[in-house]
Amino acid sequence: MTLELRNISWSVGFKKIVRDVSLRVEQGEFLGIIGPNGSGKTSMMSVLAGIRPPSDGMALLGDQPMRKVGRRNLARRIGFVEQQADTSDRITVHEAVSLGRTPYLSLLSPWSAIDDDIVTSALESVGMGNMADRIWHTLSGGEKQRVHIARALAQQPDYLLLDEPTNHLDIHHQLGLLELVHALPVTVVAALHDLNHAALFCDRIAMMDGGKLTAIGTPSEILTQQNLRDVFGVEADIETQSDGRCHIRYRVRNQMGVQTKKGRVA
Amino acid sequence: MIALLSFLPGRRTSAAFAALVLLGLSLAFAASVGETSIPVQTVMSTIANHVWGAGYDVDPIDAGIVWNYRLSRAVVAASCGAALALSGAVLQALLRNALADPYLLGISAGASTGAVSVAILGVGAGMFGLSVGAFIGSVVAFAFVSLLALQAGRGTGAIILAGIAGAQLFNALTSFIVTKSASAEEARGIMFWLLGNLSGVRWPDATQAFPMAIIGLLVCLWHARALDAFTFGRDSAASLGVPVRRVYVILIGISALMTAVMVSIVGSIGFVGLVIPHAARFFVGNRHGLLLPLSALIGALFLVGADVISRVIVPGQVLPIGVITALVGAPAFALILCHGRILR
Repeated sequence: MTLELRNISWSVGFKKIVRDVSLRVEQGEFLGIIGPNGSGKTSMMSVLAGIRPPSDGMALLGDQPMRKVGRRNLARRIGFVEQQADTSDRITVHEAVSLGRTPYLSLLSPWSAIDDDIVTSALESVGMGNMADRIWHTLSGGEKQRVHIARALAQQPDYLLLDEPTNHLDIHHQLGLLELVHALPVTVVAALHDLNHAALFCDRIAMMDGGKLTAIGTPSEILTQQNLRDVFGVEADIETQSDGRCHIRYRVRNQMGVQTKKGRVA
Repeated sequence: MIALLSFLPGRRTSAAFAALVLLGLSLAFAASVGETSIPVQTVMSTIANHVWGAGYDVDPIDAGIVWNYRLSRAVVAASCGAALALSGAVLQALLRNALADPYLLGISAGASTGAVSVAILGVGAGMFGLSVGAFIGSVVAFAFVSLLALQAGRGTGAIILAGIAGAQLFNALTSFIVTKSASAEEARGIMFWLLGNLSGVRWPDATQAFPMAIIGLLVCLWHARALDAFTFGRDSAASLGVPVRRVYVILIGISALMTAVMVSIVGSIGFVGLVIPHAARFFVGNRHGLLLPLSALIGALFLVGADVISRVIVPGQVLPIGVITALVGAPAFALILCHGRILR
């Protein structure tokens, strides 16, 4: 089973958001997608998840074009957690996670005890086994995100795709969520904003800029001073830690001249 | 809890059976109440005579009132209430908007334009009646709104805005025709029709409305899980394996068709499509496998009841049913709204 993009482009109207991206997701890896705002990460993720057909090129799952695989089969293989998906409906956590069973249910195969077990274990694997009866809108941001991941896990996917899963979470929950995802026995593709998180958790990183995939490789290959300057427009020092992971220390230009509302920083 | 229990087949069957009994009783009740009160026993005998030729001895005048006037009318009211409530529930789920109702798609506005074109301008030269005109008008308006929504980018926001534009346009056309060409008498008649009116309804109307409501219910139930999948929006539904575009076309299409058929028979009865789904949600939550049938049931019961009230509340006069639905429905809904949280 492979997940692959071959020279795909994706446009809105005449504007090309994603251009000529080729990418092959390796089995079992944690692949990070980084890039500045508007670099096409979200669009590329939605093509990879099969919810948008590419306007050019091919998106493949297991050497078959996604078009031919069919929506339901895709949903059984790929779980996708959007950047922000909220609802005003009064639903419980259990009901939200149950939605993940949608691709397996039909009139001939209605909801069964097995589905209940899968939903329960999905909730347990994100550490929310005791919160099944909570109402959605009483949850905190971190809890909502974990419910979304549980919903995706209830799809029993081979691939878990996450679009900026740690947005709006505090640092404790950011790290907790990424650790949780990292420990799951699935292949993960995650668009990440925080480059240090990418460095901490990813096996490989793909970097996007202006709709193109400009580089792909291990964190230390991608997170270089040169790339950070060219793509993100920041100055930084890259330190290699004892465990081989790299760490980025950002430099603010003209550090002594930073103004605060009260005046000059001492 | 209710959601879990409903998956047990026995429970489900008995609930459906109870719903049918309730519906039958409400129809019999509606047929017995009116200006001349007719005993329920007579109503039952009349139904038996007509349905399986039981040959009970019933006064022919009573039998005529029950069968030809009240029962056909009650069946249309029930079908109409069920269909409008279903359309409302479906559109609210698809468009992710609590204020969506069956008339959002410009259907009632188009129907009124079609109706006045026939009644006042004489379009069709007597070839067809008011309801055919209304149906054509609603289909034209829906086509207009759909094209506009497609051009505007297909999003839920685009559909809602296109619906508003379409409704405004066709309402303006109606007003234009009425003010330009209608006599005071005609204007009053049209006004009455626009508020919803079941008085002219007979069996031929019921044989259109009833199958439409049943087909609509089945199509919507078939897509109940797909509707659930829209809880977190279109993209989320797509990632759950729902063919979003096909579901949109089928469900918006069937909602529009149900609404167009009902509006062309009874005019645009407000309130039901907007509020009944919310009322149903208070009892069973958001799972559409339960919400859709319950919306249809409450809608049917509600409209049968509203029709009875519209016939008896002012002696010797029949009020437009649209007035009653809002007059009775709004306070009833306010009660549910206030006590709903305690109920659940």
